[in-house]
Formats: sequence, structure tokens, C-alpha cells
Amino acid sequence: MVLDSNSLKYMKERIGVYICHCGGNISDYVDVEELGKMFHKEENVIISKDVMFACADSNQKDMVKDIQENNLDAIVVCSCSPKLHLHTFKNVASRAGLNPSNYVQVNIREQCSWPHSDRPREATVKAAGLIRAGINRVSFSESLENIELSVKKTALVVGAGVAGMKAAIELAKSGNEVYLLEKDYFVGGRIAQKDSLFMSGQKGKDIVASLYEEIRKQPNITLFTGATIEKVSGSLGNFHIDIKVKPRFINGKADKQAVKRAMEECPVSVDDAFNMGLTKRKAIYKNYPEALPDVPVVEAGLLKDETDFVAKFASTLNMNEQDETLSFIVGSVLITTGFDNYQPKEGEFGYKTIDNVVTLPELNRLIELCPEKLVYKGKQIKTVAFIYCVGSRQKKGDNKYCSRQCCTSTIHTSLQLKEKYEKIQTYHVYRDIRTYGKQEILYAQSSKQGDLYFKYEDKELPLVELDGKSTILKVKDYLTSKQELEIEADLVVLVTGMVPREDSTHISELFKIPIGRDKFFNEIHPKLKPVETVIKGVYIGGTCQGPKNVSESVQSSLAGASKITALLKSGTVSVDPIIARVNADACTWCGKCAEVCDYTAIKEVEVDGKRIAAVNTAVCTGCGMCAPVCPVNAIEIAQYTDHEIESMIDGFMQEVQIREKEVNPEEVQEEGKVGMKEYPQVWKEILAGMTEEKNTIPQIIANSKIAGELVTFHLMTMNRYGVVVPAGMDAKEEYFYYKKK
Amino acid sequence: MSTSPKILVFSTDKISDPGIDQAGLRKIHYAPSVYVISLPCSSGIKPRWIIHALEHGFDGVFIAADGHECSYSSRCAEHTNNIVEVSQELMKEKNINPRRVRMAALCSVCAEPFMNHMENYGKILAELPLTEKKEPPAPKGE
Repeated sequence: MVLDSNSLKYMKERIGVYICHCGGNISDYVDVEELGKMFHKEENVIISKDVMFACADSNQKDMVKDIQENNLDAIVVCSCSPKLHLHTFKNVASRAGLNPSNYVQVNIREQCSWPHSDRPREATVKAAGLIRAGINRVSFSESLENIELSVKKTALVVGAGVAGMKAAIELAKSGNEVYLLEKDYFVGGRIAQKDSLFMSGQKGKDIVASLYEEIRKQPNITLFTGATIEKVSGSLGNFHIDIKVKPRFINGKADKQAVKRAMEECPVSVDDAFNMGLTKRKAIYKNYPEALPDVPVVEAGLLKDETDFVAKFASTLNMNEQDETLSFIVGSVLITTGFDNYQPKEGEFGYKTIDNVVTLPELNRLIELCPEKLVYKGKQIKTVAFIYCVGSRQKKGDNKYCSRQCCTSTIHTSLQLKEKYEKIQTYHVYRDIRTYGKQEILYAQSSKQGDLYFKYEDKELPLVELDGKSTILKVKDYLTSKQELEIEADLVVLVTGMVPREDSTHISELFKIPIGRDKFFNEIHPKLKPVETVIKGVYIGGTCQGPKNVSESVQSSLAGASKITALLKSGTVSVDPIIARVNADACTWCGKCAEVCDYTAIKEVEVDGKRIAAVNTAVCTGCGMCAPVCPVNAIEIAQYTDHEIESMIDGFMQEVQIREKEVNPEEVQEEGKVGMKEYPQVWKEILAGMTEEKNTIPQIIANSKIAGELVTFHLMTMNRYGVVVPAGMDAKEEYFYYKKK
Repeated sequence: MSTSPKILVFSTDKISDPGIDQAGLRKIHYAPSVYVISLPCSSGIKPRWIIHALEHGFDGVFIAADGHECSYSSRCAEHTNNIVEVSQELMKEKNINPRRVRMAALCSVCAEPFMNHMENYGKILAELPLTEKKEPPAPKGE
């Protein structure tokens, strides 16, 4: 319902107002008792009281009783930030049979008593304005019901790297039907390219193989490889997904030996992308011999002129296979599309312009390909110099972030080099080493084995230069008073970070997932909603969200899987009713609201012969972007109506008459221009805990039994107000003495 | 009693309002004449609310936007900026100085920046002529 401007009438007439002391956190600065009395006089306020702790069980029970006995139709709790107790009091309302939408929380602690603890009288006046605004707002509150949607107990996991595979298994084990999609022809993603993973030293391929085996055992996982998403429509509970599956061009009934022979005899070779161009592969290939699923792929375009070869293997190859388009419906989606390696620009630290400059992922492939001696371009490598933070923490470039796993990955590689090959010296030219948690052990091992570390600063980058046949790395070392050092290296390794995948924009457009400043997918809140996106039913996990190591990737994707299981388990989901709604009478359909909506939640519909905007309740996020652009003010967000917001503004500005407490002149202190009518209770207790002589903070804490932090904080304020004064330090010079002034 | 300019702040539930809470939590002081209304997203602020505030006693409106951190839209800053521009057009018609609305990005731990914004904006507002927003221009032709 959208109210018209003539119906400015309070909808709630029996309101309960509870003003919290929060121990003394609020009442030390705000006169809550006076405010309690003041609002009792309001026309539509039935109950107004100050309470010691509004969130205490006893008070919650009293509130339930008040609501029921006095037939309250709305409540206002004036206490701490809504981030802490909004749901506590919404639940109180529910328990009392009151619609939780008829509850407003007013923040008089974080946004009043604490930031204005220096001006208690003004804090009280402000609190009065805030509370009146809360009363005004709740007066216009409507009883809203959550929107119930039926959901299909099927999940789509996009990306079959380690994060996606693990999440798919957990989703299946929890009883969900799972579609697992992989763009590549083989599963495993980036970890398959790592011969040894920190901290366990496991082979990435072994982990991939064990996860694939588990997937095969789960009858309710359907895996698609070579698959891309073409179209997404629908919303939470019922996402309609169209995918395209590319063919492998291998006859499904062909003999395995014949397929193997075709691979061996294939006349066309190209650079092997899996090995980052270090080797060649055939046009019929697997990423690596054990790659899964265990069926090779034909790169058909490369064989178009090889008619004789194709004819010879006509029963093995099926060159007429076509793309397949499939559609299905899923209740929820988990995106685990991973990352791309940062690709240095040509000439960046000599990359592509000097022969023996490679990236860390390239070195990792090289190590796996060199079983006995480390050889690059025909030359045995004896010295390796790493340059850290290439493409990360850029002052000038786009990548401001730290990729968080590359320091440890480099040090792990350095340890691997010394373990696998004899007599290799490594030099680490770094900006800062970030081997957090247990990974610090690897850093210690590396230092112990004789790896040498040199620190550079972003303002003076290292230089890679050719000197005849030698490659010289020049660095100004900040650990030795900026000495200029020259390192002759057989191989210079650029430690490159993670960047968002090239196709992440496409995925973002399909699912409408917001992209952050770092261009990775954006969660709602990094701490409180770390895997949720603003799109209901769409979750993100792994490195598509930002740089992570393997275990962090799996943790986040499993968190996403758990959220999906919880979401789908009952077959219906309850959605917050705070969404956009259209006043059909006022709307004249101009399309502006639909234009700004990033979620295509608004569509043009015809109602009784009139074309108007309609909101898809399952898709709308309640952001409110559509409301300000409407030229006829025909769209609004529930709980953020004009009446609610404008009445709050009026409430802030309404004149307040606060009765002064009777003042005992002896208790009043004046300091500078600041007057105080009475000391806060906690000050009185601190003063009572002080002897007439000088006292240290630990002595005052012991005497007053007040928490240490509180005493320290309040003594500083009391000093500012001239209530106490410092009186030198104790003999050990550990603590200041304070004495009463 | 304080004579600091009265500032209405529009904050956002997920990013800038927690930043303003942080200022309180850390006992960082700013003027008590600052009042905050939190919304889901700064791109949902209606220009009529800004005008309402300025016509009903507020000296300035400060939009604590999410900027590029917004979880709803990468275009949030652009949309919010449009709201400021539309509001300023409306304000001009009502002879209200356009400097009485201001926008800045504020993060979820931006306690000190919030205090600085309030202090600086308070100074700017204090220097603006007091009468201008109370007296709309005489209609043309009179």
C-alpha cells in the first residue's frame, strides 16, 4: 500500500517505548529517567519506561507481558545499535503476537551517549529527538508478512575446481540434487597444475582424482564438462538455467586402445596451454595423462585439413558431433569459478623480452616436467631469483590488493627446488613477506636452508637487465641501508598474484552478481555474510571472490554449500518483505525504474487496461534504487516510505523541553566552558574507590571493583573535567598516580 | 546549548552506518547536532527527503555513501551522485544553497573520517548565510 499525501494519519495508537540505561553506558550521559517520563505524555504512547538492560531476559518477559496486557500495536526500544539487538526485539514482538515490522530500534548508545559523552546535556536533547523520530516512524509502520516461496531442492555449482567439487559433494551428501558445471573438458581447475601444494606437499592431481572418485560415487551429482552457461532467468527457488555443452568429437563407443593410437598418431601439435607453453600437445589431447574424465578431447579446428588422418580414425573420431543445449531448473546457485594468474605485460621485469624470465606458475610446471635436473631452454638452472608482488599491491595499476597466497607458494617452491635438485641457490627479492599462521614455519625453513632475502620498496623497483649472456637482477636492498646489489640469475621468476577470471564479467551479468572494486565478485559483508550475494539464492565460494589459498577456498565453498542446504531443506523459503512496491494508481509506466534496476526485478505489465510497473518479489533486493528516479513518486520501499522517513526528520527537529534535575551545587564541577549537573554514577564509584592520598589505577580498580578498562577510560575524562589530577608516577615508573582535586 | 549546524546524515545499513557506530564505540566525539537515518543503499534516497530536511530545520544533508564498496550495484556512486544533482536543482528553485547537500564515501570502519567529515561540513555550513534557505525568491513578474 502506498499512502497518498492526504492520508497523513498515524496508523499506530498504542505504542510502548523502552529506554535502556545499558548499565551506565547510556544513562551515565543521557538522562534516560527524564526521557522515560517525557514520552509518557505523548498521545499515542501507552507505556514509556526506562529499563536497566532492555536486552535482559527479565525485561524481554516484561515487554511480552506489556504488549499483551496493554494491547500494544507497536514498540520502540531505545538502546544500542540495531546491528546488535534488532532481531532480539523482533523476536520479543513475535513472541507477544505482535508483527515484528511494528518494531523500531533507536540507537542512543553508539550514535548518542558514546560519541557525545563529552556533552551529556546535549546528548539527552539529541536522544529525545532520536526517540521521537523512532515513535513517529513506528506510528506509520505496517504489519508486513515475509514472502513465502517454494524452492526446488536442486543446486547448481559453477566451476569444478577444488572448491566447486568439494561443495558439490557436500551438497549431494546433504540430500540435494546437484548439477556441477565445468567450462574446461577436465575437472580440477588450477590445483591440477601444482605438483606440490603447501602445507601438506600433496600433489594437486591426487586431490583432483580423489574428489572425482567421490563425485562418481554420488548418484545425485550430474557433471557437465566443456559446458558454459548461456542464459539465466527466474529467481530464488526456481532459477531457469540454459547451458551449452561442447562435444569431445570422440565416438563414445570407440575402443580405448584406438583412441590412444589416434592421440599418438595425430599429426598436428600446438603449444600446451596446461603446461603454459613449455611443451607441445597434440590436437587430440588430455591436459595430463591422468586427467579426468578419462576421455580425450579433439580440437576439431586443428584437424580440418587432416582429412586422411580423420578418415583413418573414422570409427574413433566423431567429427560431426554438435553442441548440445540443455535446460534445467535449480533452487540455488554456488559460483566457484576461480581465478586467472596475473599475466605480466611484455617487458615487465623483462618478461617475454629477456629469455630466462618466467612466472611462478610457469616455474611450477617446469619443476614437474624436470624430474632430475632443472633445465630451461636447454640450460641447467643453478640460481633462481624471485621477484615478489608482480601484479599485486600496485600503486599505479588496478590490482591494489595482496594475493595472500603467493609469498607462501614461492617459499614452498624454493624449498621444493632445494629438495628436488642439487645445488640450487635461491634469492628472494620481496616487498613484505606474508606467510601468516602456520605458513610461517616454511619461511623459517627457507631462511635456515640459506635462501637469501632482499627487500625492495615500490618506489624503487628492481631491474632485470641483460649483461652479455648473463641476466642481472639489480635491487636496492632496504635491509642493508639501500645498498645496490646485483644478482646474476639463471632464471628470474616473477611471483604473480591472482586476478579475476576473464569471463567473470559474463558470469556477473548472467547472475547479476555485483563486482567489487578489485573486480572479484562481491559478498554482502566480508565478516557477517561472507558467501552471500545480494542476489537471493546465489552464493560465491573460493577465489572468484578474491585471492585465497586452497584451504580457504574450500572453507568458503563449503560455507556456501551449507547455506544452500539450509535454504533448500524445507522446500519453501521465507523472504524479507522489505522490497519495492508500486502504487498502481500513480504509476504511468515510463520505464525509468526498470532502467536503473540492476536485477531486472521490474517489468512492465498491464492491469485493467493500464500499463504499469510490477515488481518481482523474489528478485527484488530492496535496495531502493528505483524509488528516487520515479517522476511521479509511484514506487517506494516497504519500511522506508515517505511518511516514515519524513516523520523521522520532523521528530529530530521537534522542540524538546527537558526538565533540569535539581542540582546540588557541591556536586557540580565547572571546567572551561563545560558544565556538569551531576557526576555520572561510575565517576562516583571511582571517587569512592580513591583514598584521600594518591592512587594508581590498579589500586582504584581493586577498591572500586569496576572493570579496568572503564576506570582507565573514565579517569582520563575525569582529568579533563578537573575532577582528578595526575600526581606523578610510582617508584617503578609503571603507573601514574591520580588524586582527587 | 550547542549552536553547531544541524546535519542530517543518510547512512547505509551494511557499510557506512557501522562506520558511524564505530565512531561511537571508540568515543570519538562529533557534534550532537548530527542525526543519522540508515537506509539499505544510498541510491535509494529520495530528493524530496533532502528538501524536507532542509525546509524543516536542518542546515545540511550529508550522504554517507558506500561508493565502490556497495554490495547492491557497481553503479551506486553514479546513482547517488544523480540524486545529489537532482536535489541541487530542486534546491536552487527554492533558493537553498546547493552546498547544503554533500556526499562522500564512508567505509564500515571509517570512524575518524566520519568525525572529520562532520567537523569540516559543520564549518562549511556555519559559514553559509543563515537567511538564504528561509526566504524563497519572489515569484517572477512581481
